[in-house]
Amino acid sequence: MLPIVSALKHHKTTVVLVALEIALTCAIVTNALFLIRDRLAFMHMTTGVADNELVWVRTQTLDLGQEADKDSHAGVVAADLAALRGLPGVESVAMTNALPLGGSYSSTVVYRRPGDKSDSLSNVVEYLGSPGMLRTLGISLSEGRDFQPREYSDYQTFGQKSPPPTAVIVTRSFAQQMWPGEDPLGKPIYLGEQGEHATYVVGVAGHLLNPAINKYQGIDRGMILPVRQVRDNSAYVLRVRPDARASVARAIPGALQQVDPARKIEAHVYTDTIAQYFQGDRAMVWLLLVVIGCLLTLTALGVVGLSSFWVQQRTRTIGIRRAIGATRHDILRYFLAENFLIVSLGIVAGSAGAVGLNLWLMHHYELHRMPLSWLPIGALVLWLLGQLAVLGPALRAAAVPPVVATRSV
Amino acid sequence: MFGYYLDLALRSLKRNRMLTALMVLAIGLGIGASMTMLTVLHVMTADPVPGRSARLFYPQVDPQPMENYKKGEGPPDLWTWTDAMNLLHDGKGVRQAAMSGGQVTVVPPGGVTRAFNAHARYTTADFFAMFGLSFADGGGWDAGDDGKRARVAVITRQLADKLYGTPHAAGRTLRLGKYDFRVAGVVDDWHPVPHFYDLNMGDYADPEQVYVPLGTAIGLKLSTMGSMSCWGDFPQDGDMAKASGCMWMQYWVELDTPAQVAAYRQYLVHYSEDQKQLGRFERAPNTRLRDVMQWLDYNHVVPGSVQLQTLLALGFLLVCLVNTVALLLVKFLRRGGELSVRRAMGASRRSVFVQLLVEAALVGLAGGVIGLLLSLFGLWVVRQQPTQYAGLAHLDTTMSAATFALAVCATLLAAVFPAWRACRLVPARLLKTQ
Repeated sequence: MLPIVSALKHHKTTVVLVALEIALTCAIVTNALFLIRDRLAFMHMTTGVADNELVWVRTQTLDLGQEADKDSHAGVVAADLAALRGLPGVESVAMTNALPLGGSYSSTVVYRRPGDKSDSLSNVVEYLGSPGMLRTLGISLSEGRDFQPREYSDYQTFGQKSPPPTAVIVTRSFAQQMWPGEDPLGKPIYLGEQGEHATYVVGVAGHLLNPAINKYQGIDRGMILPVRQVRDNSAYVLRVRPDARASVARAIPGALQQVDPARKIEAHVYTDTIAQYFQGDRAMVWLLLVVIGCLLTLTALGVVGLSSFWVQQRTRTIGIRRAIGATRHDILRYFLAENFLIVSLGIVAGSAGAVGLNLWLMHHYELHRMPLSWLPIGALVLWLLGQLAVLGPALRAAAVPPVVATRSV
Repeated sequence: MFGYYLDLALRSLKRNRMLTALMVLAIGLGIGASMTMLTVLHVMTADPVPGRSARLFYPQVDPQPMENYKKGEGPPDLWTWTDAMNLLHDGKGVRQAAMSGGQVTVVPPGGVTRAFNAHARYTTADFFAMFGLSFADGGGWDAGDDGKRARVAVITRQLADKLYGTPHAAGRTLRLGKYDFRVAGVVDDWHPVPHFYDLNMGDYADPEQVYVPLGTAIGLKLSTMGSMSCWGDFPQDGDMAKASGCMWMQYWVELDTPAQVAAYRQYLVHYSEDQKQLGRFERAPNTRLRDVMQWLDYNHVVPGSVQLQTLLALGFLLVCLVNTVALLLVKFLRRGGELSVRRAMGASRRSVFVQLLVEAALVGLAGGVIGLLLSLFGLWVVRQQPTQYAGLAHLDTTMSAATFALAVCATLLAAVFPAWRACRLVPARLLKTQ
């Protein structure tokens, strides 16, 4: 090692520059890889419903002056449900106000004790489901039971006239936050403006992702309330044979137009909805990959350029070493070791930079803390890259014949 | 002399094509990536109403009850109907407009079967003059129309073309749902980016197609759209004018001089005090008055991911520059012999330095060309993304010129150190070893 170090002392500036480039690359690549892992983990969150068997549809009524009374609306809904059930490939149909990762949602405050506003859990996602909603979506209960027919009420999320239903199914994480370490089954929660309406937990869903993941509503803290029909922001959800999803989605607008033509109808295959939710994240992952690729290529080319220059500059020295007994192998090893040394220098600085960058990003963009165990990954990538990049010039150096030593230039 | 340097530079660059290509590529990649992201950022942080943004203000007051009161918390972003109407009535600004988003069903002359839903803005008379919309035909409505809830509407040129086949549609009848409106005017395309006057529609949403007087729309119970926050009961009959415990409107005011701004701040405090005395407000006066750019900043309009991507691109550019410094250093030092001959024959350090910088500038120019092409490609990729702002990402002349300037400046900066080192070489020693 010692001769390498003393040789490098003659090229301080160049060594510092290369090490600096390696350090910057290391810091950026390590953080970028961590970001990618973070995003991928986020994108692979399970929804808790039967992703591959769902089609959903939302209708938007055109206001043409028709009287929107409650009975005619109920009639249209019943006719819609019948029309949707009649489509080939459809196994069951239900109404809901939101779907995991569907975007729009409604949330509310839940009280532990009646009328006690100081003891509550706010921003709890409210899923409203008509009869058959659990079965249609494929939500599995880890404890308790599905709703019974008499438990379905006329409750609505907005402009509410009817009190909430008396039965509720909560998610596991809701139960853990509400009653840590206790059995949630049979426990009451209180809903309504003043927390005056008691609702009892009849079941616990192991996992049901929120319609949107954010810092207020969290990831999967929600509850399902049984209603006869959903009025606000309502959507029909269809459980469909996986191979029939596209054809069902195409057939839906026609089938619903026949019931009531004065509306805009949008049917979606649920997996597309999920993909759309993560569109931004996917774009970010691709961008990060491209940047990592470009950075590594650039750094590699920089190393190739510099090593080539050094090999050319030291041709005579190499010749002399060869003449006094060094093998080709020795020369090759010399250049590989030299590169290893410089890259290591860069990695040490780069690792510190990576941690600093991560801390700074955490502070400004609410990113997660990068575990220190993540650092060796960036280091390994750069070591490999350095060795690969230097291999070509090093082989050229090893090929220098000893006779060069005797030539004057 | 410059011509000679140029000639020398070209020869030198040609001598080692690989290294030259590597440098040009490095600069090009760095410039391309950073200009793509800077352009996106430039578009997203642009002034939506140039020339007016400093005179347009969004006032805020706090009409909420004491429940959930947190000390130091800012007032809400939305307005109640009552407060908006009170401010409008007082008319303390040069101009002012209360507004809300909405949705209407447009029934074209072709009949009900072709009906479609369109986004609408329910607002008051000053909206058009205050935000600087220009009319292709006709004009807006006046305060009198607001007062008597006249059935008039303003539509966009696009909608006029779609419905009537001509932008000259003033005086025509527009059917919205079951009501007939008279088209008062047709506005030219107006697409403020971001959608600053109502960010609830999406920060980069498209502007509305139909404008209806606020009083008329609420009187007819046309459906409203946007964010709503309530602490009281929501009226069962859907009459928004009675939703006294709900905030759902926006309010903008034009103030032309600093004195007017100061007076308006005072006015908001006085207004809050008066309302508290009347028993409508429970909280102490908590008011704000922000101009357009402050409003956008306060609402964090530029997504964090875009800032992050811009940072990433700039980090990438930095690595590219370090890379270029290293490569230029190698390139210049390798030519120690040639430079020494020039020095020995009488060229000053200065002229050698300039010669090397000319060479670097050439690399920078070539890198700029590649960078420009890459950023055009990068922006094309951005436009393929399904985000609201994607369609806006175009390179204008300023940004194209900036690309070249950045490329050349960055390369020159990168060349200063290597060129300086090359000038310091001692000619005699190098010539001797040769």
